[in-house]
Amino acid sequence: MTTIAPPDVIDELLGVTPGSVIDELRARRPVTRANAQASYDALFAPEYPGTVSAVERFAVAAFVTGVHRSDRTQQFYAGQLTTAATAPGAAESARALPEAVAAEIAAGRTSGPYGSYPAGPLSVEDSEGLRYRVAPARRDVLGVRLAAALDHAHLLVFRPREASPAALQALLDAGWSTSDIVTLSQLIAFLTFQIRVVAGLELLA
Amino acid sequence: MTSTTPSTPASVTAESVLEHSDLDRPVTFTQAELGWVPWLEPLPESEFEERHRSGLVDASRAKSPYFALLARDPEILGARTRTDKDIFYNTKEGLPRAERELAATATSRHNGCIFCASVHSRFASHHSKRGDDVQRLLDEGTDAALDPRWRAIVDASVALASTPVALDAGHIAELRAQGLDALEIADVIHGAAFFSWANRLMLSLGEPEAPAAP
Repeated sequence: MTTIAPPDVIDELLGVTPGSVIDELRARRPVTRANAQASYDALFAPEYPGTVSAVERFAVAAFVTGVHRSDRTQQFYAGQLTTAATAPGAAESARALPEAVAAEIAAGRTSGPYGSYPAGPLSVEDSEGLRYRVAPARRDVLGVRLAAALDHAHLLVFRPREASPAALQALLDAGWSTSDIVTLSQLIAFLTFQIRVVAGLELLA
Repeated sequence: MTSTTPSTPASVTAESVLEHSDLDRPVTFTQAELGWVPWLEPLPESEFEERHRSGLVDASRAKSPYFALLARDPEILGARTRTDKDIFYNTKEGLPRAERELAATATSRHNGCIFCASVHSRFASHHSKRGDDVQRLLDEGTDAALDPRWRAIVDASVALASTPVALDAGHIAELRAQGLDALEIADVIHGAAFFSWANRLMLSLGEPEAPAAP
């Protein structure tokens, strides 16, 4: 039973070949497999992109996978960012993004999850960690919108229990609309899933 | 589409966060039924078009503030929901439902999502009939004493939820030693991985509300 079908990013990231153990395992969960890919498509090749650009989507993805130290997915999204940033329609200023995002990945790497709970019995479990913010020197290169997105991505990856209305207000203040924030949240959160499916299935090969 | 130009006064007034100053906030992990309130305005039902209804998968979800908020990007919501349902409800073969819910509960406990942990600990208790074990996981954390099979599932879920991912061949070997075959291990991986996604949406787009006093 081999069902490798048209492009499937998780298969690509795993280097899955037809008839391999992972191919057969994934073939037994065809709905999960198809909808993991449909999720990727909805976020990175959207039919209705709204006001979140391809460059923004891939820049956030490169950052999220980079701070995960997730080699294969990181290379994949870094490559997609470079492609998007140098595409004919992209702004001239976008060309500096891959390098700026790479620098932010290096600054943002740490171990999680950590952070504080609402005050109460769980406070004994509060744990400290990096309070990352994009470096001031790179805010001009990234722009206000993308800098705010990377700040938010780091919060969601490493200390999601500290998410707050103020964090969403910071995104609104940086020009992200309510619908944009839903897309951004899904994108960051989906990647935390995709990275883990790849990391887990890799061990079953 | 609503206007998304950030500099216009109209969108500034229309698009602001929702604060819930008088909310009764749960401060412990619980199997009780919690509410959830959004920090951003859900898509009003009057603005639902066919693609938004399609994204909900179940039409009744338009009444849920969580799903109505996510319906602002309906294509990813639809794909997310179908992924969720298959990972947790497609039990013709593979891991029993109770242990998929255990993986979801352990992940939610590790990430600190009080809301997700409440829902999925309730499911784990219901399907396993082991409410005391589940409650210990909520009360004491993911190191709480458990039998070896549940220990292996919880350890793998916690390692997978960590960043960087800490799942390794030792976790897989322990799951195999507890009798899980490759498909069942893949189900643990998918159940835990999905909750890295779900936790981050529930935690970042709103917050839980304690049930009203009886």
